[in-house]
Amino acid sequence: MTASRDLPAATSHRPSDPAAAYTGEVVLEIPAQMEFVSLVRLVVSGAAALHPDVGSERVEDLRVAVSEATTNAIQSHERVDSAAQIRLTCKVAEDQIEVTVRDRGKGFDPDALPNVPDPDSPERLLHESGMGLRLMRVLADETEIRPSSSGTCVSLVFYGSARRRAAVGG
Amino acid sequence: MNARGNDGSAGRGCWSGTVSGVHLVETFHEGPWSVTAVVGDLDVVGGPELRQHLVALLTEGSRRLVLDLSGVDFIDSFGLGVVVGALKRTRLLDGDLRVVVPGPRIRRVFEVCDLDRVFKLHKTVQEAVSTL
Repeated sequence: MTASRDLPAATSHRPSDPAAAYTGEVVLEIPAQMEFVSLVRLVVSGAAALHPDVGSERVEDLRVAVSEATTNAIQSHERVDSAAQIRLTCKVAEDQIEVTVRDRGKGFDPDALPNVPDPDSPERLLHESGMGLRLMRVLADETEIRPSSSGTCVSLVFYGSARRRAAVGG
Repeated sequence: MNARGNDGSAGRGCWSGTVSGVHLVETFHEGPWSVTAVVGDLDVVGGPELRQHLVALLTEGSRRLVLDLSGVDFIDSFGLGVVVGALKRTRLLDGDLRVVVPGPRIRRVFEVCDLDRVFKLHKTVQEAVSTL
């Protein structure tokens, strides 16, 4: 596993905007093993929690969504028996946090997934999986899944409070 | 690990767990109910252990199960799938499964997936076992 870290800026001349003081990027490369998912949660939520404009509830949302993307990435490597590393990037900007998870699996097509039945349907209990994509899409402010023949890149964006308020017109 | 959500009285007897650092499971009894308390992260690492534990309870004859998630720090879609699977297996045996989720954080994950419409989420073990 390799990791690099570039935040917060170690300077005594921080910008007047507190959010700007905590911009930077964390890069993680992990083995495609499920035991590393909890480490990813720890690192990414730790970086997000430094942001003064991202509340604890949103950090929790990020923790769940990133965990889902990482688990999917590891599963995609397991399916092709790939020993390649999974690469995560957490970019902390003034008004948002963007996490990208890149794998080298066969490529994940979100549109090919079966729909989970309505909760009132008896058929609902037949589906123990298929909720991860929904969690990512609901919990993140922006979700983009870019599949290709050389793998999938999932991008999850979480807005800071001020941008969220502006986005909903509040 | 101490039992959670009860007064520690008689009936406790089945302990099943591995101290992996992420996950602990303990089962005790409240009248006819087998209460399984989970502590840690209910994800792709911790989930299979819980699934195995609940299947074993049903195999041994338990039909009224309470899943106490008060001590769960994290749950994802895999963990939710384990809970859905447990409900399916319990209903197939004409049993009942009740879920205790006191905090808003874990409850929110259930709600995002509309599972609060599949399960009635209880705030305490006492509430879960006393609801008709």
